[in-house]
Amino acid sequence: MAQRITLLLLSLMCSSLAWGQLEIQVTRGIDNPTSIAIAPFAWDGLGTSPVDFAQIIDSDLARSGQFSPVSRRDMLSLPTSKADIFYRDWRAIATRYLVIGRVSKGTQLRVDFALHDVERGIELFSGQVVGSESEARMVAHGVADAIYEKLTGIPGAFATRLIYVSVTRNPEGKDFYRLTVADADGRRPIVLLEGRDPILAPSWSPDGKEVAYVSFESSRPAIYRQVLATGEREQLTNFQGLNNSPVWSPDGRFMALVLSKDGSPDVYLLDLETKALTRLTRHYAIDTEPTWMPDGKSLLFTSDRGGRPQIYRYELATGKIERVTFEGRYNARARVAEDGRNVALVHQRDGRFHIAVFDLVTERLTVLTETSLDESPSIAPNGSLVIYATKRGERSVLGAVAVDGGVKFSLPARSGSVQEPAWSPMLPQQ
Amino acid sequence: MTTKNTLGKAAAAVLMAALVSACSSNAAKEEAAAQAAAERAAAEQAAAAEAAAAEQRAIEKEKAMMMAEKREEKRRLMDAASAAGSVFYFDYDSSSLSDDARAAIDAHVALMMADSGNVRLEGHTDERGTREYNLALGERRANAVRDYMVASGVPAYRIETISYGEENPVAYGSGESSWMKNRRVEIK
Repeated sequence: MAQRITLLLLSLMCSSLAWGQLEIQVTRGIDNPTSIAIAPFAWDGLGTSPVDFAQIIDSDLARSGQFSPVSRRDMLSLPTSKADIFYRDWRAIATRYLVIGRVSKGTQLRVDFALHDVERGIELFSGQVVGSESEARMVAHGVADAIYEKLTGIPGAFATRLIYVSVTRNPEGKDFYRLTVADADGRRPIVLLEGRDPILAPSWSPDGKEVAYVSFESSRPAIYRQVLATGEREQLTNFQGLNNSPVWSPDGRFMALVLSKDGSPDVYLLDLETKALTRLTRHYAIDTEPTWMPDGKSLLFTSDRGGRPQIYRYELATGKIERVTFEGRYNARARVAEDGRNVALVHQRDGRFHIAVFDLVTERLTVLTETSLDESPSIAPNGSLVIYATKRGERSVLGAVAVDGGVKFSLPARSGSVQEPAWSPMLPQQ
Repeated sequence: MTTKNTLGKAAAAVLMAALVSACSSNAAKEEAAAQAAAERAAAEQAAAAEAAAAEQRAIEKEKAMMMAEKREEKRRLMDAASAAGSVFYFDYDSSSLSDDARAAIDAHVALMMADSGNVRLEGHTDERGTREYNLALGERRANAVRDYMVASGVPAYRIETISYGEENPVAYGSGESSWMKNRRVEIK
């Protein structure tokens, strides 16, 4: 019952040693990653640069699995402006692209950067990212996003965040839960809530400013929403039975959630302004794990009304329910990509639980993972990666896999288990 | 007339004296009688009180014996419930009560019928499958135990159910030996 909300500031002070900090390891990249060099950025300001911008961009691009950054030790020159670039220095070490940059500090940080095509010897693109000094890492991620988009055609999702639940066991064998928010690269973890009672099903508000979750701190499950910047929170439900799976509608006005107060678990809609509650599904079977289609017009949910858990779709305008998945005996906990087409879910095959992607258009299901106890998939806001939880020994760890299955990462925590990751939406520039 | 008057006065005086004397003798007699009556009443009362007390003692003795018997019976029921265990196990993906679970729950039902305490049923699952679906499965298991108890005569308001899904496992490994210990309802 000893729950407390840790304020942002307090946590920031001890963030470098915080629990559950993730270390990201690429376990499988694509076959021929593109070679790219990020030359160290110049710093126009007093003192030293608050962060190593080039290093952060380097790590981001490496983590995508699609790029192979050039080691700084191999660089023959370290240009910081167009005039300093000798393309032959980069051709000599087989570099395909080069990024240079300069950071200046006024009231805010400003990064001017440029992407060069070494092979063709031309500047492809130049840009600028601005942000506060305290958000220097996010500014660097913003540069990585721009470069990634220029080279792949897909917006980058490096300047985003994750929430997850980490669980450590105290010496008496009791679990201790922490709800943590961190940058997408696992850095700067901040504990939002901690205690001995379970914390479950965290999800993001569409503006990325709030999270919702289930906490058992009152000895019963209840749904809460919490503002990230202030720690201010509100209890939304506390009904008899299940209070579970809160997910914000894309317009932020409603929350879909699961209650069993009327007998069996059903999906309900809570109007966040009026607090009016509408029951959507009405079945004696289990209806749970709702998730919104990006257009906000329908919801996918898990139901075992057909005997085994499968994904169904609920259309809000008509109340019509149709079954979506048919392949296999167990398909559950869907999350829909921003394109409204790819659905990440948990699929059982030969008794093992894998992460799979179901294409709503072709109705093809592709299994993405080989591990056997995978759950809680969450899709990056650019649709490129699925982050999920899996078991490694007795610990739960996070893994990530490209939607096309090409790239895989693991994100083990330094200690304890990490579960139920939820990837933030695209965030407004800080 | 005068003598007659005097005589008359004397006679009146004698009469008065006699009367007074008679009166005083009557009062003493009455007093004695009243005292005797009071004493009798007191004795009777004492005897009655003694009888009542004896009866009360007998009742209390009987009560104490009944209480002791009841306590004995409750102790026996508690021992039976505790011997039956406070954890009921389930098959994979099932909320059906096994014969063992029914027998164990019967022991708890017997105890509940003998006293007025409330219980809390906590449903759990193993780690396989999704957490949120498992919360629903855990609730189904807790409800299965509740429904069986209610069918056996326990009023529903005395039973609270809660599901923890796959949270709070008792065994941490990934394998049937751990999973079978985690698929359970705990009575608290």
